[in-house]
Amino acid sequence: MSGPTAGTLAQALPFALRALRRDWRAGELRVLLVALVVAVASVTSVGFFTDRLHQAMNQQASELLAADLVVLSANPIQEALAREAAARGLGLARAVTFPSMVLAGDRLQLADVKAVDGGYPLRGRLRVAPAPYAPDAIAERGPAPGTAWLDPRLFGVLGVSVGDRVTVGASELEVANVLSYEPDRGGDLFSIAPRLLMNLADIPATRLIQPGSRVKYRLLVAGQPKDVAAYRAWLDPRIEGGETLQGVRDARPEMRMALDRAQRFLGLAALVSVVLAGVAVAVAARRYARRHQDPSAVMRCLGATQGFVTRLFVIQMLALGLLASLAGSLLGYGAQEGLVAALASLLPGALPAPSPLPLLSGLLTGLVTLLGFGLPPIMRLRDVPPSRVLRQDPAPLPPRGWVVYGSALAALALLVSWQAADGRLAAYALGGTLATVLILAGGALVMVRALGPLRARVGAAWRFGLASIARHASGSMIQVVAFGLGIMVLLLLTLVRGELLQNWQQRLPADAPNYFLINVQPDEVEVMKTFLTGRGLAGNPLYPMVRGRLTAVDGRTVSADDYENPRAQRLVEREFNLSWAARPQADNEIVAGRWWSAQEAGKPMLSVERGLAETLGIGLGDELSFQVAGRRVTARVTSLRTVEWDSFRPNFFVVAPPGLLNAYPATYITSFYLPPERQGLLAELVRSFPSVTVLDVDAIMRKVRGIMDQAALAVQYVFLFTLLAGLTVLLAAIQSTLDERRRESAIVRTLGGSRVQLLKGLIAEFTTLGALSGLLAALAATAVGLVLAEQVFQLAYRPSPWTWVIGALGGTLGVGLAGVLGTSRVLSHPPVESLRQG
Amino acid sequence: MQAIVEAINLSKRVASPEGRLDILQDVNLRIAPGATVAVVGESGSGKSTLLGLLAGLDLPSTGRVLIGGHDLGALNEDGRARVRADMVGFVFQSFQLIPSLNALENVMLPLELAGRDGAEQAARATLDRVGLGARLRHYPNQLSGGEQQRVAIARAFAPQPKVLFADEPTGNLDRRTGARISELLFALNREHATTLVLVTHDVGLAEHCERTVQLEAGRLLPEAQAEIAVVRALEGSA
Repeated sequence: MSGPTAGTLAQALPFALRALRRDWRAGELRVLLVALVVAVASVTSVGFFTDRLHQAMNQQASELLAADLVVLSANPIQEALAREAAARGLGLARAVTFPSMVLAGDRLQLADVKAVDGGYPLRGRLRVAPAPYAPDAIAERGPAPGTAWLDPRLFGVLGVSVGDRVTVGASELEVANVLSYEPDRGGDLFSIAPRLLMNLADIPATRLIQPGSRVKYRLLVAGQPKDVAAYRAWLDPRIEGGETLQGVRDARPEMRMALDRAQRFLGLAALVSVVLAGVAVAVAARRYARRHQDPSAVMRCLGATQGFVTRLFVIQMLALGLLASLAGSLLGYGAQEGLVAALASLLPGALPAPSPLPLLSGLLTGLVTLLGFGLPPIMRLRDVPPSRVLRQDPAPLPPRGWVVYGSALAALALLVSWQAADGRLAAYALGGTLATVLILAGGALVMVRALGPLRARVGAAWRFGLASIARHASGSMIQVVAFGLGIMVLLLLTLVRGELLQNWQQRLPADAPNYFLINVQPDEVEVMKTFLTGRGLAGNPLYPMVRGRLTAVDGRTVSADDYENPRAQRLVEREFNLSWAARPQADNEIVAGRWWSAQEAGKPMLSVERGLAETLGIGLGDELSFQVAGRRVTARVTSLRTVEWDSFRPNFFVVAPPGLLNAYPATYITSFYLPPERQGLLAELVRSFPSVTVLDVDAIMRKVRGIMDQAALAVQYVFLFTLLAGLTVLLAAIQSTLDERRRESAIVRTLGGSRVQLLKGLIAEFTTLGALSGLLAALAATAVGLVLAEQVFQLAYRPSPWTWVIGALGGTLGVGLAGVLGTSRVLSHPPVESLRQG
Repeated sequence: MQAIVEAINLSKRVASPEGRLDILQDVNLRIAPGATVAVVGESGSGKSTLLGLLAGLDLPSTGRVLIGGHDLGALNEDGRARVRADMVGFVFQSFQLIPSLNALENVMLPLELAGRDGAEQAARATLDRVGLGARLRHYPNQLSGGEQQRVAIARAFAPQPKVLFADEPTGNLDRRTGARISELLFALNREHATTLVLVTHDVGLAEHCERTVQLEAGRLLPEAQAEIAVVRALEGSA
């Protein structure tokens, strides 16, 4: 037997492809294809864009090393390593750092000297200024031989200006520039000695590097990621004792954490687009299935088996999915190029070219989305009874609910775990997204229902629009959720974020300390107190600070490997700043155990900050051992405290009673508020206390703000695609109601309705949908803002009415315009059609 | 007496894969105010096309259509819509109610589109008249076929049009319901003294009309012939 009844795959294939061509020519597939192309395009454009952002972030992380890879050693680095890197065409630079006294006339200062060759820096740029604190500019290379660039603080301490000469070891160098920024300066805020940057060629003449000198040698390497990775693989077995490797990812745990967090943020952003795109595909597939019920019934009548019908449509879907995924990926590539071009001035420099990985993810996303969201209604076509051909107006066959949701959920879970690349995060993201969508859907349904009573009070055009929303209640709800989600995220990232920050800043007293003084020597404490008191700056005491590394808890040795939490790893790797005090600081609150009495001075007791204790798993009664200046100090945790970190007063994780740590080398720390008009005092302070380091809190805050703003901007742009995905949902929903709209529009025209009246109805429908989306988004964004303020930032947050105004207005305009443009075709539908639809 | 609807040398041609196709050729028709006219003919004879042209839903390839003295060819689509809103009512074979509007809202629609005052009262009164006073808030899918057609008739008569075009108004209904609908249609037509132009296969329905015109392959037959055809059909079906 031949023909459709035979139903093998080989026989179904040519039939399916012919049907696909026929459907395509008849315009049947365009809706589904467009929905899918847009879906894949939005996902891949996010993929390409985040891929590039991620690479850019990697490069920014490289900036903190001034390279992609650094070999670090206390001894000169093997020449073979540099030769190999050069042979592989990698960028190379060398740097040497050591502490040294710098002299100018009769003044001297300990400086952190760094000598670099012409290749430095390989990543990031140096910035220099002609005078201390003057506007700075990029410098292409480091200092020329015979010259030195000085940290602004050195100018004050040494009393030099640009053009003067300073003595470094046995050499004299000309001060050629003020060094205002150095990419790999970073490091520990508490160990900063002012920098002197000089040329590596001048080092022999200084005669400063002698056996036993405290010198660090660095070999800096940079290049294409795959080349660097290959070099690293070559390097690993050849590293000798004393040499260590630092890559971007293993350089510093906090940097690794920042990158991971960025990846999660952007992954989540992409995920939301996937959800919306899936909804668009589901809506379009439903329409496709509805329109193929009659042809399926006819085929069944003519003898096609159920299996044949299944194979026919599955093959068509697969072919369509492949085609759409390819087209969507290409479109996505173009879309991200356009986006990058449009945002060039806002993005950090030129972005690297995207990797081909998102292309693969586009193909996979397209197929999974189509099959997961689109297949269930299409699979139902096999169940169309042949008797359908006899009935006049049979109800369409609805897909089974659990299959639809189960399959969509499975597709989503697959895509999410792939995007998130982390099972737990995927579960959280999926759960969180689904919960958000469900809550939004509930809100949207209530809103759509609430429109009902309004209909009696409005004119024909508005009633027509509102009636259309009510008639397509589930479709309307989906559209409100899709746009609500997009608008909500954008509101959160812009308005709510700004308001939270503003609320936090308002909470800070105007005279919150803006300068920290560190490295105050014990013999300077009294003089410093007098200095500050004499100038009306004394507010906070000077606190002693002893540096110690946590080595054991209850006798068990601890190392970074014992902890999964990156913060815990970092805390264990680094030295703690320990302090001692007779009384807890005013903003500290004992939450467990008790503070020591005056009689307990010198006893082995410790008070630990609660957050730190939780991070490191330390409890009341635990015995902590610290390595302090080569000796072991052991004491028991007798109290846990909370600390108000944003008071900008010095605070300590671990405090001991007076007497326990007094014998160890300590420096002192304090903070004070210096009004902007009294900045001149700083120079006097630095001159009076050359070894004291002044930290400008405002400058640090500005830097942190800058990083936060940039990260938020990146996420916002990614979420713009979410809005675009929301638009595809709207278009799919419009497409699926287009036949009905045409019919209704023809009837209204027949009854004497004008184009303007029809247009008013469309405007009413879509601006209302948009306003609902915006209001729902504002509601959700405000709720999330309140939860964040309460739970995370412990702030009293008063939501601004602007969130509502901008949300509603944005939704009304955006959705209104898109909806009316998407449906305006029906306006020109000839009224005579109403006669032809008998 | 001036005709309320007049077709002058009306032709309609469309392009088809086999070349030009004449659907209507040289149709001339004058319909006096208050007249009831049945347009009969076989499937594909051009009945619905003629109705569409007479109502200004479509434009002829050549010739003119006048409704109440308005030359429809001289108006744009919105101008023709205004003429329809002011003077014309419709009843269709497939009812053509707006599914998202309830019965009352469907009947109010043409009144509101024409900017008439008291749309709701007029719509309620007309729905009462067709016996659906208790079903104002029902949506089309909650009504039977006969009820839907009654809503459609109420919608057609509520604005008190000068001309009512009906396209196979009983075509989708069983014989008994169809008979009731046709009674209602003619009763309302008498009450409102509306001009009725009816396209139908149903010779019983055509029989109710004062005049019958027959289309054959796009041409209007002389009216005597049409009357004979109807009588024969009636005899045949008796």
